[in-house]
Amino acid sequence: MSAGKADPYDGPDERGRFSDYGGRFVPETLMGPLEELEAAYKEAIRDPEFQEELDVLFKTYAGRPTPLSPARRLAAHIGKGRIYLKREDLTHTGAHKINNALGQILLARRMGKNRIIAETGAGQHGVATATVAALFGMECEIYMGTEDMRRQALNVFRMRLLGAKVRPVDSGSCTLKDAINEALRDWVTNVANTHYLLGSVLGAHPYPWMVRDFQSVIGREVREQILKAEGRLPELLVACVGGGSNSIGLFYDFLREPGIRMIGVEAGGRGPALGDHAARFEGGSKGVLQGTLSYVLQDENGQIAGTHSVSAGLDYPSIGPEHAALHDSGRVEYTSVKDAAALEAFQLLSRMEGIIPALESSHAIAELIRMAPDLEKDTLVIVNLSGRGDKDVNQVADILGQGDVK
Amino acid sequence: MVRRIGAKFQELKAKGEKAFIPFIMAGDPDLETTIRLVPELERSGSHIVELGIPFSDPVADGPTIQRAGARALRHGYSMADYLKAIEAIRLKTSVPLLLFSYYNPIFRYGIDALTRDARLAGVDGILVTDITPEESEEYRTCMEKHSLDPVFLAAPTSSAKRIEKIAACSRGFIYVVSRAGVTGAQQQLSDTVGPTVQRVRKLTELPVAVGFGISHPDQVQAVWQVCDGAVVGSAIVGAMENVKDPSRLLPEIGAFCKWLTGKNNSNS
Repeated sequence: MSAGKADPYDGPDERGRFSDYGGRFVPETLMGPLEELEAAYKEAIRDPEFQEELDVLFKTYAGRPTPLSPARRLAAHIGKGRIYLKREDLTHTGAHKINNALGQILLARRMGKNRIIAETGAGQHGVATATVAALFGMECEIYMGTEDMRRQALNVFRMRLLGAKVRPVDSGSCTLKDAINEALRDWVTNVANTHYLLGSVLGAHPYPWMVRDFQSVIGREVREQILKAEGRLPELLVACVGGGSNSIGLFYDFLREPGIRMIGVEAGGRGPALGDHAARFEGGSKGVLQGTLSYVLQDENGQIAGTHSVSAGLDYPSIGPEHAALHDSGRVEYTSVKDAAALEAFQLLSRMEGIIPALESSHAIAELIRMAPDLEKDTLVIVNLSGRGDKDVNQVADILGQGDVK
Repeated sequence: MVRRIGAKFQELKAKGEKAFIPFIMAGDPDLETTIRLVPELERSGSHIVELGIPFSDPVADGPTIQRAGARALRHGYSMADYLKAIEAIRLKTSVPLLLFSYYNPIFRYGIDALTRDARLAGVDGILVTDITPEESEEYRTCMEKHSLDPVFLAAPTSSAKRIEKIAACSRGFIYVVSRAGVTGAQQQLSDTVGPTVQRVRKLTELPVAVGFGISHPDQVQAVWQVCDGAVVGSAIVGAMENVKDPSRLLPEIGAFCKWLTGKNNSNS
């Protein structure tokens, strides 16, 4: 790095911007609470006790570090590459979401908030939030679109079992975006005692920054694990991108390594028409949604478009602002995978490795399969297996039929 | 160019009166109705009219205004359609008009283009619920260039430092949010209103209006005791929903406004 030139990956700046993206676009009532949260977070990251407590929770509660598993049969099937899976599916609650939930609940306690609210799409963030709220004895309400409640009935029951109230949201498309709207309305009304535990690198500053930091444990572990296993750094990282928290969690520690190629995989849904997918970098344009400036799927009048993905966790019309900056700079490549390919990868990984992946993570596996011709025999690849697929089994059975899977 | 909003507050102050500021959603139930309703609101004692431009994801709004936005959005109107409707309104009335919307529809149209075209259509000011002083530099530059008043919100959660920024960025008046929460009619006026208005008053000479949750004449009177204007949104939108016979919409909403301001004893 040349003297005087800022590290481009050090962001965000004081205004919460990653290059042009990010910022803080919220009703005035939320500005006070966001400033309070930013101050609490800045104080926490300078406090060794905070980091120590989080590390202990990671180890003794969340099951970290998660393994890095060689996927030998998958590699043999593809015929290329040395492939490793980062096993976030093996965390407590079954997805990477627990990393951020633990970090934020410690912050909530520091700020003296005793009520936690969150949104959820696939239900994994809702389950993670309900879990940490139970662990810390806090009141918890989860907003979830009715369409997602239908797709993810198992997770709805898990949240209720954990003592959370699940609030059905039946406005708009009845999915993640609408759940965030409702959670924001709750927060604006109950700011005094409530922390909004946002689940991805979305929303107003400081959320995209803070959530990325909490998730970046994924990449730090991978660095250590791959050096031990292979004696060198990987050449390719692949992860799915909904809001973008598991992908930035894997990528962040490697952004400054010029030799490492990174691919973020969006939901291609049914096809390229607006409303049929959630590929923000293919059909989206600059816009402001739910507090942040990023790429947004919208119509010519600036109304937010509907989205579709077989995977509830990727079904969202905007993307984390840091991803928008990484897209524009070219540091990370973004691509999309359709529902059908994700469903195929879901089955393939189950049979090849004995791992049932989340439909979200199946998008990353599908992209790896598609790009196999680009790989060399010994290309060292890491795919983030962001979550386990148990939650998706019923939905996939409905789609594929109940009998023996082909 | 005359700044109608500031002039209206001065005129009222000279007469010892307070401003009544109704909100309606443009395009609810359709733009033809909006064009006829704004002049009726003025005839019924409104001093400034707040005109909502709908957005698909209105995070600052409660269910009543969400429904109004959804009804308008079903028509698929473009920003140009709303501006044309405002031109038509301007042929009938010179009541000050304040647009009330979210940032994305404005950002998408282009901030400079929107402020220019809004001014040409006859708009006087704009309130963007999800723009705060920190993110408003380009927006305020464009507003000033086209002689429009940017109105910012002040909330019970705003610190003195924030209120100073809000006052420095606002023109026309400051809109004080009566309580932490989304728009929507309330039985009782929040007891944070008085203290918040006082904190704002200390830091600015601008007129102050209060909105969110005002739905009854007693609340309008109570707000008028402490500030310069009362904004009523959800109660009016809700009253519009309750009008059974569409041909009676104008007289019934007119009567509702008169009831709110105490100009008419019959509660229609």
